[in-house]
Amino acid sequence: MPDDDLVFKALADPTRRHLLDRLFARDGRTLTELESELEMTRFGVAKHLKVLEEAGLVVTRRSGREKHHHLNPVPIRLIHDRWIDKYTERRVSALADLKSELEQDA
Amino acid sequence: MTTTATTTQVHRIYIKATPEAIWQAITDPDWNERYGYGGRGSFDLRPGGRFEVAASPEFLAAGAPDVVVDGEVLEADPPRRLVQTWRMAMDPGLAAEGFTRLTYEIEPAGAAGTRLTITHDLEGAPGLAAMVNGELEHTGAGGGWAFVLSDLKSLLETGSRLAG
Repeated sequence: MPDDDLVFKALADPTRRHLLDRLFARDGRTLTELESELEMTRFGVAKHLKVLEEAGLVVTRRSGREKHHHLNPVPIRLIHDRWIDKYTERRVSALADLKSELEQDA
Repeated sequence: MTTTATTTQVHRIYIKATPEAIWQAITDPDWNERYGYGGRGSFDLRPGGRFEVAASPEFLAAGAPDVVVDGEVLEADPPRRLVQTWRMAMDPGLAAEGFTRLTYEIEPAGAAGTRLTITHDLEGAPGLAAMVNGELEHTGAGGGWAFVLSDLKSLLETGSRLAG
């Protein structure tokens, strides 16, 4: 089930991050194309792609006999909106508060 | 042949809402103006029907034309599938890239809620592809479909938009 845990786990592996980078550079690749760029067996690449797919980071589409892999950036966006924005915003406002406090004292 | 469909973008999200609620949030201007870029999107939901997004007051104030996005409905099967053409009309360069094809698919997904998949065929529209992929966010062009879907999810699940 696509949720944050699956996304974090999927991203916690250099080969899977590399696969995402390959898809970011050129989307919609087949397993054969992705495999040809990695020092890894077809089975190994397929396994990693399956983890990415279960996390929702890769969506596959069939076109004829071929299966194309598409990078789905939405789960990363959700983590960004849910986690990163939240903390960066807080840090920025904490600094703003500190600034106004210091300026008041001066 | 392995001529890969590199010009097709797929954006998928799971939302805890009914397919009907998601369909309405996409096609009803009273809903679709409440998330994403904020324009009112009107659909004449039949093949050949007109689609257009009216500029929000903020966009108008920034000098945008009345209609910021336009296109045509190709297929409407509520609450499951909507196929349309889609053109960014507010920017002359992007408008010149012409109409692209956009498909919404809405499917029940058990405990995960409902799966919404946007497939955007952007052949011959590299500028638009960069925009809807969020690659131009640093230039103020917004975060594209990923941002729109994240905001839609927030609205439907919590009743309010993303902060900021």
